[in-house]
Amino acid sequence: MNLITTATAQGLLFGIMALGIFITYRILDLPDMTAEGSFPLGAAVCARLIVTGVHPIIATLIAFFVGALAGSITGFLITKAKIPGLLAGILTMTALYSINLRIMNRANLSLLGKEKITDLFESFSLPNQFDTIFMALILVAFMIVSLFLFFKTEFGQAIIATGDNEKMARSLGISTDQTKILGLMLSNGIIAGAGALIAQDNGYADISMGIGTIVIGLASVIIGEVIFGNLTFVNRLICVVLGAIIYRLIIMFVLLVGLQPNDLKLISAFILAVFLALPSLRQRFNLNFFTKERV
Amino acid sequence: MTQKNVLILKDISKTFYPGTFNQNNVLNELNLTVKKGDFITIIGGNGSGKSTLLNSIAGTFLVDKGSIKINEKEIKKLKEEQRATLIGRVFQDPLMGTAPRMTVSENLSIAYRRGQKRTLKKGSSSEERQYFETLLKKLDLGLEKRLMSEMGLLSGGQRQAIALLMATMKKPELLLLDEHTAALDPKTASVVLELTRKRIEEEELTALMITHNMQDALNYGNRLIMLDKGKVVLDLSGKDKQDLTVSEVLNLFQKSTMNQLINDESSLD
Ligand SMILES: Nc1ncnc2c1ncn2[C@@H]1O[C@H](COP(=O)(O)OP(=O)(O)OP(=O)(O)O)[C@@H](O)[C@H]1O
Ligand SMILES: [Mg+2]
Repeated sequence: MNLITTATAQGLLFGIMALGIFITYRILDLPDMTAEGSFPLGAAVCARLIVTGVHPIIATLIAFFVGALAGSITGFLITKAKIPGLLAGILTMTALYSINLRIMNRANLSLLGKEKITDLFESFSLPNQFDTIFMALILVAFMIVSLFLFFKTEFGQAIIATGDNEKMARSLGISTDQTKILGLMLSNGIIAGAGALIAQDNGYADISMGIGTIVIGLASVIIGEVIFGNLTFVNRLICVVLGAIIYRLIIMFVLLVGLQPNDLKLISAFILAVFLALPSLRQRFNLNFFTKERV
Repeated sequence: MTQKNVLILKDISKTFYPGTFNQNNVLNELNLTVKKGDFITIIGGNGSGKSTLLNSIAGTFLVDKGSIKINEKEIKKLKEEQRATLIGRVFQDPLMGTAPRMTVSENLSIAYRRGQKRTLKKGSSSEERQYFETLLKKLDLGLEKRLMSEMGLLSGGQRQAIALLMATMKKPELLLLDEHTAALDPKTASVVLELTRKRIEEEELTALMITHNMQDALNYGNRLIMLDKGKVVLDLSGKDKQDLTVSEVLNLFQKSTMNQLINDESSLD
């Protein structure tokens, strides 16, 4: 039981990160590697600020904005320097590794004994881990509602149109450079914010915590899509978060049956590969145990 | 009656891959003046530069030389999305003109804001949707019931009809149609073509339409131009155009594109 609550709490926090991935991969249709750098960037910025004595909420917000800044650099490389999207993300991600080390001044920055955002819920005296779940639920709900509302605005619709049909978008007067840059900023801001939250939940920021961000985020998106199928926009957002929780539960399960934490990246990649292959496997063998997905 | 010039192209040239082995001079100091209310059909062999001409006007790329004026305003340095304030387009590929994952209503809402700055205001309203419904009803294709359907679920013809609506609902100064019925079956093509004529008349639009169908080129519009090697080699309007027959056009066509015709014959039916 305790393990399940831990997995759920982590799943919710990683769900926020996966919402960021969803924006680039699914809405903008732009596989963005920046995530691997902006996630630990958010953690590093937040941890450094908290250690310096900044209030955890403000530290988390600043992490969001710094992440958005990182996204804008990738956006700039793609739209103005005309560097292919994948490569642009890799460039920013690589540069961020050094920057993250600079920010933390070491490979690992502990938050032991510092006030963290999760501590703010202690006054409710919820049972262990439930304070994290409670906080994460509030944040997830806030994120989903905000994203839903944002993507209903003229600008949000313009971002969706850019990802869906760029040529059409431009012919209708949408500045696709602008929409791409802003989409990347939003995505990486959210991812960095999630990095900040997870660092606080873990009690430390670590230089290597970004490795596998994309696989985890994408796995959440795909698991949600494969299991829950063709949905409206708001339900798709919810399913991304559910996908992240399911992913965490799968990871918990494979650790329970005896695999080592060192095997985690291998397992992550394996889970993602399985879920990516599922739709075509299902078609091939006519398996109908899940509803039809939407890709 | 002297009518205003909507579009003036002066000596525009476009070369792809300049200075390389693949150098391709597609437009060669082309001149064209389009009057308000003109509906011009454009014919010409494959590779004669028709699409490149429309792309140059729309700003898909910048021309190397010359001037492009719409309503007296020089636009040759403007980006495509900036020119979209003035220009509506429908492409040959039905997949090109609409966003497949968005609903019909969302597509129309985006088109309704063509050339406007996108803000954080609501991306669509219920009055708007009612207006879309009446517009779709007028198309008489039953599309008013599909307002909430994803665009990708519609047929090519339905999508092209909506693309046409999207290009014209916010009245453009200039409508550019690049073989927009070429990918449709003959029956659907003629339906969309009729809709095109209707929209152009209703909204009193100025339009350029590329076609490989000589009969359509003659039946539609008040003016016909033929392109060859990036120049306008034939320009007929009014009575001259009305009196033209398909065989005459083919003759003229043959003269100017002698060697290309053999390859093109299949598309001239
Ligand atoms: N964006 C581009 N980049 C490079 N070359 C191009 C581009 N667009 C067109 N071309 C070349 O310019 C020439 C003219 O092409 P264009 O598409 O304008 O012809 P067209 O008259 O529309 O022909 P079709 O009847 O086949 O559509 C062709 O040789 C084509 O390969
Ligand atoms: Mg063409």
